[in-house]
Amino acid sequence: MNGDPADLTIAAAAAAMCAGELSAAALLDAVRRRAAATEAQLHAYLTLDFEGAEQAAAAADAALARGEDLGPLAGIPVAVKDNMCTRGMETTCGSRILSGYHPPYDATAVARLRAAGAVLIGKTNMDEFAMGSSTENSAYGPTRNPWDPERVPGGSSGGSAAVVAAGSALGALGSDTGGSIRQPASLCGVVGFKPTYGLVSRYGLVAFASSLDQIGPFTRTVADAATLFEAVAGHDPSDATSYRGPVPEVRSTLEAGPAGLRVGVVAELAGEGNEPAVLAAFTRTLEALQGAGAEVRELSLPSMSYALDAYYLIAPAECSANLARFDGVRYGLRLPGDTVEEMMAASRRDGFGPEVTRRILLGTYALSAGYYEAFYGRAQKVRTRVIEDFARAYREVDVLVTPTSPTTAFRIGERTDDPLAMYLADVGTIPCNLGGGPGISVPVGLDGQGLPIGFQVLAPPLGEAVLLRAARAVEALAGFSARPAPATSGVG
Amino acid sequence: MPVPIDIAKVARLARLALTSEEMERYGAQLGAILEHAASLQALDIEGVPPTAHPLPMLNALRPDEVEETLDREEVLGQAPDREGPYFRVPPFMEEA
Repeated sequence: MNGDPADLTIAAAAAAMCAGELSAAALLDAVRRRAAATEAQLHAYLTLDFEGAEQAAAAADAALARGEDLGPLAGIPVAVKDNMCTRGMETTCGSRILSGYHPPYDATAVARLRAAGAVLIGKTNMDEFAMGSSTENSAYGPTRNPWDPERVPGGSSGGSAAVVAAGSALGALGSDTGGSIRQPASLCGVVGFKPTYGLVSRYGLVAFASSLDQIGPFTRTVADAATLFEAVAGHDPSDATSYRGPVPEVRSTLEAGPAGLRVGVVAELAGEGNEPAVLAAFTRTLEALQGAGAEVRELSLPSMSYALDAYYLIAPAECSANLARFDGVRYGLRLPGDTVEEMMAASRRDGFGPEVTRRILLGTYALSAGYYEAFYGRAQKVRTRVIEDFARAYREVDVLVTPTSPTTAFRIGERTDDPLAMYLADVGTIPCNLGGGPGISVPVGLDGQGLPIGFQVLAPPLGEAVLLRAARAVEALAGFSARPAPATSGVG
Repeated sequence: MPVPIDIAKVARLARLALTSEEMERYGAQLGAILEHAASLQALDIEGVPPTAHPLPMLNALRPDEVEETLDREEVLGQAPDREGPYFRVPPFMEEA
């Protein structure tokens, strides 16, 4: 075996284990060493559980020794965003209000990872309740970008993106409500995939905006993203919104290549609003696709310009309802109060950070009597327009493409005082959540400062096969193989 | 056009005990966000049906069968205060 096992893809690690060249215990050890070298600087994990991970790795090694075929995730060290419930393992959602909460059950996605033999090593940092685009809104302090520790990893799943980039996990799960998988993947130079709404159970995922939330993987390759997707996707009776039909089969067409693929560039999202380096990398990738036989054309989807505003009414409205459950009664933080209402209002005021408070207020206002129709009702109609625009576009093309994020990683603190500027980081990723279809970000290059640039591919609902085929083609054409410089061990 | 917001009322509805300084700050920020969102008022969406959910789904119920539930002690073990099998809270009704 050449090199450090912590840098392997999931596919390569599984092959090495199958061939008897690597044990799950040795792989876990490599990942533990990497985490020890990087965590003091990055702060990408909120909880690390190497005792539990050792047991899972030993179980995988024992099964391998018995000659059992355990599938592609057996013995693979993975991390999970801290908004997914893990039985007996602290789950904080990056919030003070859930400090010390130990869920009495596993989220379905987590249970499926465990059943596939994956080795869960810990919980990753995030913007509080997944609200944010930089992981600076965590009550436990920000995560830093492995490519430049002065910069944010994106968010809200910034910890999951950072651990995959840094090698302190081979894959990770995140959640994506308005871009919270794809945007941090773009800023950290890894693959981030949001499946079709409903394909991955939300049971045990702490709800932010229920009609938008979806769990998905972070990996170093598109093929690895398909592997994690296959492990966690599929109907779950515990989630009434989980899709009942079959999970799209993606493996057989993954390597079909770009020839004949009809690719639509979203005019509204692929122009001026993007940094020049981002636009240059995007255009270069389009030319490569065209050169390899894809049919590339530009399409106008007018509602894209309104999607951001609609999202910032719909998501806060749903969040204000969902977060009503954090009231100091059944779990989490409780402050004293003379009446139950005083207790609740004091607990919530102290338990929630500024961005969560802001969105609860915004959502409460948008849903309140007299304003419902003007704000929430109107936003829901714009959502219909977004869905119609997507449907029209997909009659002409197989996939739509945009830059994932208009900028590369920004500096820590740069946007914390300006919520609107922060919201604009998601302008390219939000329409996908409103529409319900799948989206993926693939790294395609670096800007002049050595920061990664992501290329986003979108497909219609349940279009995972063509989405991953196109993403794999982009990955092969871009040939992105850069990795962040190794951390100089433990400098904070 | 700045949007007028009764922030004290909104905070009360949301059960958030904010200080007056916090109310002023959040009120101003909400005003700016809602002003941006006013762009939606310019759209002609007369007669467009609202979408609450991206996929067409209706009455997704599981079979009504007895299943294992969470362990009561484990659940109550996470409560800030309890009394026997109950969650305990401060008074919520005045004594008669």
